[in-house]
Amino acid sequence: MSVVLQSFPLLLQGLILTLEITAGGAVLALVLAFLAGLAGTARSRILRAVSRVYVEFFRGSSALVLMFWFFFALPLIGFRFEAVAAAIIALGLNVGAYGGEVVRGAILSIPPAQYEATIALNMSPALRMRRVILPQAWASMLPPFGNLLIELLKATAVAALITINELTFVGQQQRAATGESLPIYTTVLFMYFVVAQVLIFGMRRLELRTARSLGRAPAARRGRRPALAGVGDGGGSGGVG
Amino acid sequence: MATETGPVAAPGKGGDGDASKIIRFEKVVKRFGDNVVLRELDFDVSPGERVALIGPSGSGKTTILRLLMTLEKLNGGVIWVSGDPLSHMRKGDQLVTADEKHLRQVRQTIGMVFQQFNLFPNMNVLRNVTEAPIHVKGVARDEAETKARDLLNLVDLGDKYDAHPSQLSGGQQQRVAIARALAMEPKILLLDEVTSALDPELVAGVLDVLREIANTTDITMLFVTHEMRFARDVSHRVLMFDQGQIVESGPPDQIFSNPQEQRTRDFLHAIIEER
Amino acid sequence: MQWDWNYAADIMPRLLDGLVVTVSATLVGYLIAVVLGLAIALLRRSDNRAVSGTVRWIMEFIRSTPLLVQLFFIFFVLPSFGVVLSAFTAGVIGLGLHYAAYTSEVYRAGIEAVPKGQWEAATALSLSPGRTWFGVVLPQAVPKVIPALGNYLIAMFKDSPMLFGITVVEMLGAAYQIGAETFRYLEPMTIVGVLFVVVSIPASILFRYLERRYGH
Repeated sequence: MSVVLQSFPLLLQGLILTLEITAGGAVLALVLAFLAGLAGTARSRILRAVSRVYVEFFRGSSALVLMFWFFFALPLIGFRFEAVAAAIIALGLNVGAYGGEVVRGAILSIPPAQYEATIALNMSPALRMRRVILPQAWASMLPPFGNLLIELLKATAVAALITINELTFVGQQQRAATGESLPIYTTVLFMYFVVAQVLIFGMRRLELRTARSLGRAPAARRGRRPALAGVGDGGGSGGVG
Repeated sequence: MATETGPVAAPGKGGDGDASKIIRFEKVVKRFGDNVVLRELDFDVSPGERVALIGPSGSGKTTILRLLMTLEKLNGGVIWVSGDPLSHMRKGDQLVTADEKHLRQVRQTIGMVFQQFNLFPNMNVLRNVTEAPIHVKGVARDEAETKARDLLNLVDLGDKYDAHPSQLSGGQQQRVAIARALAMEPKILLLDEVTSALDPELVAGVLDVLREIANTTDITMLFVTHEMRFARDVSHRVLMFDQGQIVESGPPDQIFSNPQEQRTRDFLHAIIEER
Repeated sequence: MQWDWNYAADIMPRLLDGLVVTVSATLVGYLIAVVLGLAIALLRRSDNRAVSGTVRWIMEFIRSTPLLVQLFFIFFVLPSFGVVLSAFTAGVIGLGLHYAAYTSEVYRAGIEAVPKGQWEAATALSLSPGRTWFGVVLPQAVPKVIPALGNYLIAMFKDSPMLFGITVVEMLGAAYQIGAETFRYLEPMTIVGVLFVVVSIPASILFRYLERRYGH
């Protein structure tokens, strides 16, 4: 136990960096998801094609390989990244592609009658999207976004392999320094678990609030987190990494 | 929302619809796949006139309203609203498919109330009514809200400003939808089977509101309805449709008391049986 | 730095050796995930609340912690309890266990989608629980979830480079070694990235098609 006590402050520091990478990746992913999702429902064929290519490519690529490529390969042709930046960009691009499908699916799930009502009130397409469609679609985006956030948190662990001293990396260091692998890894795993549970709780609150503001009964909470295979248009693949 | 036919020669003299008619359908064709819903339909409506569209389901009545609201593209002919082509715009002496800008221009004068209300669930009652005046017409918020409160009083929902649509009965939701459409001050109000989705005991409240509007305004109304009593009371003229064409047209007394066509008689008979 | 095709060709054999390891790890891990996931799904339906509740929280734990740390745990902790595993074995067990937590949810959804009347009919015919499960429920539930399970095969393929973290020389590991030896990372890393995309995009399009066609 004393090992854990000694290592705890260092692990906590690692955890903070993990949270920072998660937050950075989440912001980037959210922006990309909305861009890709809106482009994916645009009338312009070119925009839709660009969105399609982005989503397919980054859903198809492995987050870890992408991160290695940003970190080791790109500097050789003149693009140098801080390790943390490489991690955030790689994870953001990857998770954003899954999020893009979520946004697109949510927009397409709004009943045509809502579009017709906006036409009858002579709303412009931009106003319709901003004030009517997106606020309603947001409610159906939140549950899959919650899943993606957890997947993102988990995926930040691979940043350890490009020597970023986030939680997993610090755990490795402490194991090497103390030789006490069981208490160290158990602590690390529990730290991830607790953060994940807090995030799940927060997302759930947000879902409830949003559902209530739309006058919907909040979705029943049976066996939280349906398997990730349900992400996107009923076909997104699981796991982000 | 325009024709598939592309440019058409402007029909009629100089192509302008008769401006004394607020709505004019000229050889309007509408198909869904192989199914021809409207075949070269001609009719017109004078300003302030209230026209009831009746007929068996699938006869094309609702399609007429949806074409006017630019929710459907037409496949042939021209619709004129106050002398302007609705789904077309003038280019030289030709009419070409309208662009978004033109559509937004012509839609300003038209409002619609739907069978399923289609209120916005992300807004409370007041915002449902003020949203379009503020953000589409640029009315100041205070002014829009005052007007909205007046309209909500008119539809007898003066105490429901803050309510969420899901907290209202179907009849109340439909009355909000009527207020929402009126807030845009349309010259033409389209009513698409507005009581069909309501429980029987809620129908009267909605119809009373519409009677009130008919009696106190000179707004042009086109309504598709199965409420024959209402059609008789409120309309100036009844159009009986079957298979995409007008079978019979006339003042309500004539259509309901002394129909000339067998198909009208059959239809009215069937409706009465149903009740 | 210029892209060097000759160098790329030279390193291809080593990368393809790595690909063989990647693919085998994915397939063995997938086999574990598919079998174990079904067992877990059945356990979670157990009438014994202690059993179903415990299994549920273990799965929750596995799903909300990183695969990489789980791999470290298996590879570095188990030996102190006398369980010494090769890196590859530890890797496929970790992959299989992690994804079993996901596949069990897929099975669960499939089982719940079997109409209640089927269970009632089985009871009315006095079928044993074993016959009910294996003769009636699972034959209806499993075929419907196969496309969804397929998605996890792709997800595991994309996660398999994490085995590099516990010294398995799979494709990414091979690329990294080559890069470290020659200080040329561009070609090996790019080739590996392309190979992943080239395999997983067509596969995911295929599974989506299957899901639309046969799912639900």
